Amino acid sequence: MSDEKKFAGYICTGCGIGERLDSSQLEMIATREGKMQSCKQHEMLCSSEGVQLIRDDISNEGATHIMIAACSRRAKVEAFNFTEVAMTRANLREGVIWVRPDEPEHQETTQEMADDYIRMACAELRSMKMPKASGEQTLNKTILVVGGGITGMSAAIESAAAGYPVHIVEKQGALGGQAADYSKAIPTRSPYKEPRDTGVAEMIASIEANDLITVHLNSTVARTAGAPGRFSVDIATESGTVNTETFGAIIQATGFKLYDPSNLPQYGYSKSPDIVTNAELEKLVKDANGGPIKRPSDGKEVKAVAFVQNVGQSSTEEGQLPYHSGIGDLIAIKQAMYFKDQNSDCDTTILFNNLRTPGAAGEDFYRAGQEKMITFSKGNVSEVVPGDSLEVKFQDLILDEETSMQADLVVLDVGMIPNSGPDPYAVPMVIDEEDEAAEDTPPPPSVSVDSILNLDYRQGTDLPHLKNGFTDSHFICFPYETRRTGIYAAGPLRRPMDMRQAQDDAAGAAMKAIQAAENAGKGMAAHPRAGDLSFPSFRMDGCTQCKRCTVECPFGAINEDEKGYPMFNESRCRRCGTCMGACPVRVISFENYSVETVNQQIKNVDVPEEFDEKPRILVLACENDAYPALDQAGMNGVEINPWARVIPVRCLGSVSLSWITDSLNSGYDGIVLMGCAKGDDYQCHFVRGSAMAHERMGKVGDTLSSLNLEPERVVVYEVAITDIERAPKLINDMAETVEKIGLSPFKF
Amino acid sequence: MSDLNTAMTERYRNSFLMEVEANVEEGEWVKMCMQCGVCAGSCPLGNAWEHTPQKLFMMIRAGKREAVLSSDAMWMCTSCYNCIARCPRGLPITHIMHGLAHYAKRLGLVPKNQPTQQFSQIFWDNLMKKGRVNELKLGLSMYFKDGFGQGIKNAMANKQLGQNMMKAKRMNAMEFFGGHGIKDTSGLQKMIKKAQEIEDAKYQGNS
Ligand code: SF4
Ligand code: SF4
Ligand code: SF4
Ligand code: SF4
Repeated sequence: MSDEKKFAGYICTGCGIGERLDSSQLEMIATREGKMQSCKQHEMLCSSEGVQLIRDDISNEGATHIMIAACSRRAKVEAFNFTEVAMTRANLREGVIWVRPDEPEHQETTQEMADDYIRMACAELRSMKMPKASGEQTLNKTILVVGGGITGMSAAIESAAAGYPVHIVEKQGALGGQAADYSKAIPTRSPYKEPRDTGVAEMIASIEANDLITVHLNSTVARTAGAPGRFSVDIATESGTVNTETFGAIIQATGFKLYDPSNLPQYGYSKSPDIVTNAELEKLVKDANGGPIKRPSDGKEVKAVAFVQNVGQSSTEEGQLPYHSGIGDLIAIKQAMYFKDQNSDCDTTILFNNLRTPGAAGEDFYRAGQEKMITFSKGNVSEVVPGDSLEVKFQDLILDEETSMQADLVVLDVGMIPNSGPDPYAVPMVIDEEDEAAEDTPPPPSVSVDSILNLDYRQGTDLPHLKNGFTDSHFICFPYETRRTGIYAAGPLRRPMDMRQAQDDAAGAAMKAIQAAENAGKGMAAHPRAGDLSFPSFRMDGCTQCKRCTVECPFGAINEDEKGYPMFNESRCRRCGTCMGACPVRVISFENYSVETVNQQIKNVDVPEEFDEKPRILVLACENDAYPALDQAGMNGVEINPWARVIPVRCLGSVSLSWITDSLNSGYDGIVLMGCAKGDDYQCHFVRGSAMAHERMGKVGDTLSSLNLEPERVVVYEVAITDIERAPKLINDMAETVEKIGLSPFKF
Repeated sequence: MSDLNTAMTERYRNSFLMEVEANVEEGEWVKMCMQCGVCAGSCPLGNAWEHTPQKLFMMIRAGKREAVLSSDAMWMCTSCYNCIARCPRGLPITHIMHGLAHYAKRLGLVPKNQPTQQFSQIFWDNLMKKGRVNELKLGLSMYFKDGFGQGIKNAMANKQLGQNMMKAKRMNAMEFFGGHGIKDTSGLQKMIKKAQEIEDAKYQGNS
């Protein structure tokens, strides 16, 4: 293909577009104003015939840039899949005819909407380049798994089963992690009545027998540099030797530790060896080796055992866990069975307040425990008094009385604490213009834990946390994805879970790691723009070394060179554009998405003169949630105000303040920004993008007041994909606002 | 305290729950209660009694033998079956309630003036005499259970009802003298005696 650009436009007249709109006028706009060298109409562009029409133009006429005016860019993606050209789509169906009533009095404004979308698409196309892989990509299929417990071992086994070589780095002298000390595990198969074998020995054996898996025991990760596809990792052994290996992707499966109950004197943990944690009990049972379970103090057989549930968990008290681990009650049932199965006369009492035995399996296991005559008492334990016989004082919540029971052994259900590395954002990041020097030193970690990954990244040594020390990884929408591309979190590191869940988690993370390694090999983005070839580049001569991009990138993708210039790492980048939105001098851009591509769209909307009384409302809608919600509104026939012009953005984080200023200056009457939910329960696909945008837009007030405009003219919303009624309403509300405060004085 | 009660107390010293399992009809279900309280909330009479089914079951597990067996709760159950229909764990609650009542009665732990159990006894004795319920005598026994004076008062209060029933031939004053019965009363009594022996043997075996 030569470097010459050839622009071709296509207008579909199917799906009612031809009936509702004047397509010859659209064609004229595309060629005259939009400068398309050719423009063709087709009555069903997505049909094989229509697609062939475009294909022929690409191969025979040398079309390099194509504009498709038809349905939403989210529809018919398989049909309109032309990877060899730059492409844009004008949304005439969901964006125009489906959101406007089909009545003669609305005909004029509906046509104007369509005209503008053609102008916008053509203008965008003219400033787009064809995205190409950078050429810096490497394919490395080897996966690094940090942690050799249940999660880590499962991740390794799964990756190897898919044919990918794995290295496991384990700090201890043996594989197995915490589960190696367990006697049995919670059942995972129907009828869910008996504890099952942990399977740890089999897993270790299968790893040892697997040629694709290399195990580094007594080892830690001393340094991680590079990016997906070319991670360079120093593996340090206890004896001091360091091995450098390269990896395509990394799975962190560093598990959890248990809460230390000696912080809570009422449970007497440090005062009697017969008061143990649930993990310590596993060891006792394992040591008993099928014989009578003996208590630690004097080796006497345990005839009565009390399980105290929810110790130091789901608490609002300082120094306790604000969350619940969710599996302690199933563990208690399993452990009570150890005693009942050994000696059915042993008194086993589980003292609970809320018994959590989730799922059908949990319920069946609970019943099995009851059938074995485990006593379940709803009560709050106030104190465990040490002595030859331990006295457990509790308030019986059913019978509403203070009471107590005697036990030979007391087991405390303590919660899980994730083994995360130090949070790089323990100190919130601020970009303070006056105090740039402060930004030079990375913020200190919140807790004095050792780094696990020792990342050689601009933004800290480890994976960022969400809350309560758990490594950030979205629970529902994108599990395993962390805020460092190509590094996946699995197991209790990201939320409390049991062995079975950890195994599932490990399989998921392994698949993501494999995908990341493969994508990195092709120079393609990982989730959520998987397959995207575009990547940010910057114009060095314009850069002021302000470091905004390196600090604000949610994925820590950008390093700095010695002079403070940003160093983009293509394969660490998720293509969100947050850096682009951050750059005050607008020197960051993607081939097919830049300050210019959007600016051109804004500029090419026809803003009618004031006496026309036709306002223009700019809507910048996140393409992940808000834009699909608007499409869905179209499908449901929800009306959208005809003054609105919607531009999809990769993430609200990519919104450049200049777009706001420029559009206000050129006479737009209102601006609506729609991004995903931010904060702890974020839905932002780029985690921090929406939050960044909200922060930046906080400063828009200054711009507005300097222009002498009303603050109501610019609004920022969090919109979910399900906001099918609400998203259009937010736009219509802006139309009402404009009606109230009047048109912008900046019209020409 | 009855001998049986002493024997049971001895045998199940540690676990009242085990005692209930072994001796109360459907008692083996008690351990399966998950204390959700649905039965307590469903029982139309629940809040009029000492203990709801939920509480009774918890008390059994907590070893509160005296309190459970001398509770009036299980005697007040009307067998409406609301609780059974709703219990998410499928406990035959109504049957357990009656089983508990029966067991308490055997052990001689029922509160003395508990009216339902008094009525049950009178009904049983009445039935056993002739193999048919003598309604006139049953009514009179109920009226006079608390003494002659109270009996007259009760009878006077319900005079109209009695007269109406006689008029409608629902009750026959002549029943007062002997009354009708089945053909082979002694055969019935033998049968019942045998059944009693079998049941006693069962309890003996347990104690
Ligand atoms: S596009 Fe997003 S992920 Fe990539 S460098 Fe910029 S801010 Fe970071
Ligand atoms: S934000 Fe822009 S000016 Fe600032 S360092 Fe990055 S590229 Fe340079
Ligand atoms: S059957 Fe008895 S215990 Fe159950 S709801 Fe009815 S009255 Fe209450
Ligand atoms: S409804 Fe059933 S499970 Fe719930 S408290 Fe009553 S008996 Fe127990």
